[in-house]
Amino acid sequence: MTTFLLRRAMGIVPLLIGVSMILFGLLQAIPGGPLAVYLNNPYITGHDLALLRHQFGLDQPLYVQYVRWFGAYALGHWGVSYSSGQPVATLIAGRVTPTLLLMGTSLALALTFALLAGVYSAVRQYSAVEYALTVFSFLGISMPVFWLGLMLQLVIAVHLGWLPVAGFSAGGWGDVVRHLVLPSMALAMFTAGRWSRFTRSGMLEVLRQDYIRTARAKGLPERRVVFRHALRNGLIPLVTVVALDLAALVSGAVVTETVFAWPGMGNLLIQSITSVDYPTLLAILMLSSFAIVVSNLLADVLYSVLDPRIVYR
Amino acid sequence: MTARREAVPVRRSSLWWDAWRRFSRDRLALTGGIVLAVLALAAAGAPLLAWYAPNDVDLKRLDAAPSAVHWFGTDDLGRDEFSRALYAGRVSLSIGIASTLVSASVGTAVGAAAGYYGRLVDSVLMRLTDVVLSIPPLPLVIVLSAIVKPSPQILVLIIAAIGWMGTARLVRGAFLSIRESEYVEAARATGCGSLRVILRHALPNSLTPAIVAATLAVGNAIITESVLSFLGVGIQPPTASWGNMLQNAESTMATKPWLSVFPGLFILLSVLSVNGLGDGLRDALDVRANA
Repeated sequence: MTTFLLRRAMGIVPLLIGVSMILFGLLQAIPGGPLAVYLNNPYITGHDLALLRHQFGLDQPLYVQYVRWFGAYALGHWGVSYSSGQPVATLIAGRVTPTLLLMGTSLALALTFALLAGVYSAVRQYSAVEYALTVFSFLGISMPVFWLGLMLQLVIAVHLGWLPVAGFSAGGWGDVVRHLVLPSMALAMFTAGRWSRFTRSGMLEVLRQDYIRTARAKGLPERRVVFRHALRNGLIPLVTVVALDLAALVSGAVVTETVFAWPGMGNLLIQSITSVDYPTLLAILMLSSFAIVVSNLLADVLYSVLDPRIVYR
Repeated sequence: MTARREAVPVRRSSLWWDAWRRFSRDRLALTGGIVLAVLALAAAGAPLLAWYAPNDVDLKRLDAAPSAVHWFGTDDLGRDEFSRALYAGRVSLSIGIASTLVSASVGTAVGAAAGYYGRLVDSVLMRLTDVVLSIPPLPLVIVLSAIVKPSPQILVLIIAAIGWMGTARLVRGAFLSIRESEYVEAARATGCGSLRVILRHALPNSLTPAIVAATLAVGNAIITESVLSFLGVGIQPPTASWGNMLQNAESTMATKPWLSVFPGLFILLSVLSVNGLGDGLRDALDVRANA
């Protein structure tokens, strides 16, 4: 087990190097290069540009730039934002809390729904409620998150006036919570639908097993059979899927933050695309890829912990 | 389906025939297929169905609410929203389907090569798959489109770039087991080259998971296109796509809700029906569950 963990943990290093190479190469392709933002500035002459290029090391060969960048990156030097002049790390640090708050809340919402709906629809298969839950899950999977956000804004914020349309907070935690409701619902919808389907099929699979029949046969109350005996094994596929779906959640967060003017990293990403803010862009992409790689590793480990039938070498 | 010994007439039985029988009993899947077909036909027949040209500006009817004349109302330039939604369907649906065709082909090729040749080819291709899977897909395509400022054709390739990994893994898995099977060995013994074994023997037997994955991927591709166009880095106006119609509608949502409701409903309906169709295909083609 320990060797397995170590081997897997080592395995993410080449993965991250691969990711960084792709992202680095990708951003090299921006027309005008990293200094594109200065090209249309009448106060900056060709001489200034050359000076900047030299100062940033952009006149070096690509592989030198990459190695320097990666080395600095690994040590936590993420550079200075081209558009605001602030260190990228500071810029991102200010955005982490809103993003984690949004993603954490939607994760909790989605998981709660998935568990309740999934278990219920497995236990009461073919009931009217199960049918309604299935329809709801399919709607959630098929709805573009930005449109759901727009519709929530339209109905709940504009027409009913219950909650603020967008933004973060005018001050105080209560206000943050009021601003948080709609975006986290919009973001949770997709994963809620997807995960409830997984919970349902996982539970259906388990409820068919012999040991469940044994549990029932020895006279255990149904509640105990479902929640003690079935749920533990039925949830194993869900755990993996939740960890693997972090990539989808990150993608959804970018859109949600844009629609709701939520001051998180997704918003910063879109801003830095518009202003061709190369270091910030790279840092956000690298960070989110890192989070995805780690969560995939976590999924692997959790899977082996939860299912003792799986033997790792 | 095994042959029966009773004196009943032998019924046709093949993978596709069995699949069709299961599929046609699945109401959700059937509805999905029909709705999708209607949407596609409506989009294809847009010039016949829409009374107005999608980019015709009518300055006397700016921001008209839905009525008998303009079913979905008009936008801030007096363009007929119904007509635009139909024409947008051409763009959005064909980009969704085309990019899925590309990603499914790439995924199948990568998976087949990795599964069949194994060893170095397998590890290189699968590590590449892992790497691409580690980058959050939407930010990646947003950055790509912002860099390239894509034409519809390039947009298809960009969306396909984040969609091939799932198919590659599935096809590789199927190839790994097929590679060891007797009929592949027999084909090799009779002198088939690698390419022929892959194309004639292994591929047809690993196609069903790829087909199911591809169908479900169409929905993702449609949504990705709409997000990109919504953010302004996808299909550029005046060409209508469901995504850029919503971008146009966002700022006036409170006063002109119809502009933001209808394009979204079209996206929802098409993705919903594709997903229903894919779900039905999975059940119909999943030979293990029905054997």
